[in-house]
Amino acid sequence: MSDQGMNESRMVHGDKITKVTTHLSQNEALLFERSSPGKKAYQLPELDVPAVDAAEALGAENVRAEITDFPEVSEVEAIRHFTRLSTWNYAIDYGMYPLGSCTMKYNPRINEVVARTEGLAWAHPYQPESLSQGCLEVMEHLENALAEICGMDAVTLQPAAGAHGELTGILLIRALLEKRGNPRKKILIPDSAHGTNPATAAIAGYAVENIKSSETGGVDLAALEQLVTSDVAALMVTNPNTLGVFENNIVRVAEILHKKGAMLYMDGANMNALVGIARPGDFGVDVMHLNLHKTFSTPHGGGGPGAGPVAVKKVLEPFLPTPRLRRSGKKLTFDYKRKHSIGRVKSYYGNFGVLVRALAYILAHGGPGLKNATMDAVLNAVYIRKALEPYFDLPYKSPNMHEVVFSDDRQSKLGVRTGDIAKRLIDYGFHPYTVSFPMIVHGALMIEPTETEGRLEIDSFINAMIAIAGECETDPQMVKNAPYNTRTSRVDEVTAARKPVLRWKP
Amino acid sequence: MYPENYRYTKEHEWVLADGDAGTIGITDHAQQELGDIVYVDLPKVGTHVESGKTFGSVESVKAVSDIYSPVSGEIVEINESLADAPEKLNTDPHGDAWLVKIKLTRPEEIQNLMSASDYQSYIGAEK
Repeated sequence: MSDQGMNESRMVHGDKITKVTTHLSQNEALLFERSSPGKKAYQLPELDVPAVDAAEALGAENVRAEITDFPEVSEVEAIRHFTRLSTWNYAIDYGMYPLGSCTMKYNPRINEVVARTEGLAWAHPYQPESLSQGCLEVMEHLENALAEICGMDAVTLQPAAGAHGELTGILLIRALLEKRGNPRKKILIPDSAHGTNPATAAIAGYAVENIKSSETGGVDLAALEQLVTSDVAALMVTNPNTLGVFENNIVRVAEILHKKGAMLYMDGANMNALVGIARPGDFGVDVMHLNLHKTFSTPHGGGGPGAGPVAVKKVLEPFLPTPRLRRSGKKLTFDYKRKHSIGRVKSYYGNFGVLVRALAYILAHGGPGLKNATMDAVLNAVYIRKALEPYFDLPYKSPNMHEVVFSDDRQSKLGVRTGDIAKRLIDYGFHPYTVSFPMIVHGALMIEPTETEGRLEIDSFINAMIAIAGECETDPQMVKNAPYNTRTSRVDEVTAARKPVLRWKP
Repeated sequence: MYPENYRYTKEHEWVLADGDAGTIGITDHAQQELGDIVYVDLPKVGTHVESGKTFGSVESVKAVSDIYSPVSGEIVEINESLADAPEKLNTDPHGDAWLVKIKLTRPEEIQNLMSASDYQSYIGAEK
């Protein structure tokens, strides 16, 4: 190999390779620091109309002087900057992303092709309804598909993501109870819940009461029976719960609530374990949200916004956000006049581009395909559980579904905590699992492979975890200082949280 | 480790009471479980709190945890020094890093709380 052909950051001394400088791709300055006055990444045609002074045309008070020092770079500099940054990223397109509770499944390219269909991608929200029939039909189709999957009667597509869906759902419950004469005061939430559940209840004006999990990780029926009074508006439950365990008593839970006039809200974050197999509407759920960016393969953050549709039983339908889709014959219109509606929860009609992707996913799979995906997701998680059970402590032994939660009990005796194991996993080329959640497991390692992974990838993940378990025994200090194979070594999270620097200054 | 004259809750707070004057903090076990504490949210002086209800929260790099009041009463002083030095909760949770001082409205509530030895066997069993 000639010198030119080598990675320029390395030089050969005999058989020893040493770093001479940090490679460009590993050390990227901020765009602000690359700025040089007058550089441009765009070209505009020559002005063919008389120039106008902005201050004169718009009023001097509208010309902002305080925005200065915007970065000025050339096109290739801008492109290289962001391309280099993108190589620091970990992505589902790069490897397994076992972040529990997040359902980091692959986003099929067909979704992107469909979302770029001209008539959908270029539709304007103010386009007349008569010229938006295709888009409205996409929404109608998706509402129907989601209602069918959930076993519910009606769906709103407006909420922008899961927590927004939760709030919408609880506001629907409040609206119904208010109409019945008493909104009630409390919402019950199991101690294994996602943190957004109590936040939702509080924002909707309810007091939160915690229910402790039973020994098998489920809702304790005796405790529930005691807690459900005429003050309780609803129980918010995640099923399967954050341990990945299906709530076997869910029908009984619904009965206890309904008997006292309370509602059952289901957090649909873990629907990837149920789609095509079981329907929440059939086991007593009154209202629930879905995360299209989890279960229905639309991008998580970065690549696009989320979507958190809410599905309800008939009794809650009058309260759904406006506008509602209405079909008369062949024509679809928006219905804004619904006197019991809680009103809009989002501008326009939800994150439409995401809705298109979710529908593409559903139609590409079809019913049997969705069911298969669910079974594969559960199979993968159970396979990981069986392979790692000899090496990591499993505090809840109930059969798990789409995810599995270990504890760091054995490793922490050697001084290595779940966060250290996660950092070491980065060295093996995997995104970490979810660390320290759910809170009911001491030092949790929460692993969700999803149906995306084939056996090869899962086996190499398992081998990495087993190797790290071994390293915890032989060289715990090494694991505690991980990662090593990354651009940045272990960051000081504590100082970053205690003394955050929130603003870049030159 | 756990002062004999303190009383303890299942939610890992302690209270030191003398008549109707009380001091509340979190236990050494709590700070260990939370890990490095980065922020403390305390109520305003004059706030009325009920025993068993939350009056603030402690945030660590891992999680945000509610603080449950061991007793009922009115907050008469808060530990301002924790705003700039939350790490004191990791080093001296039973002393310098007390959270609030409270005027007890029902001093007899102290009787419902655990003694130091009861608390130690409680956290032993919890583990």
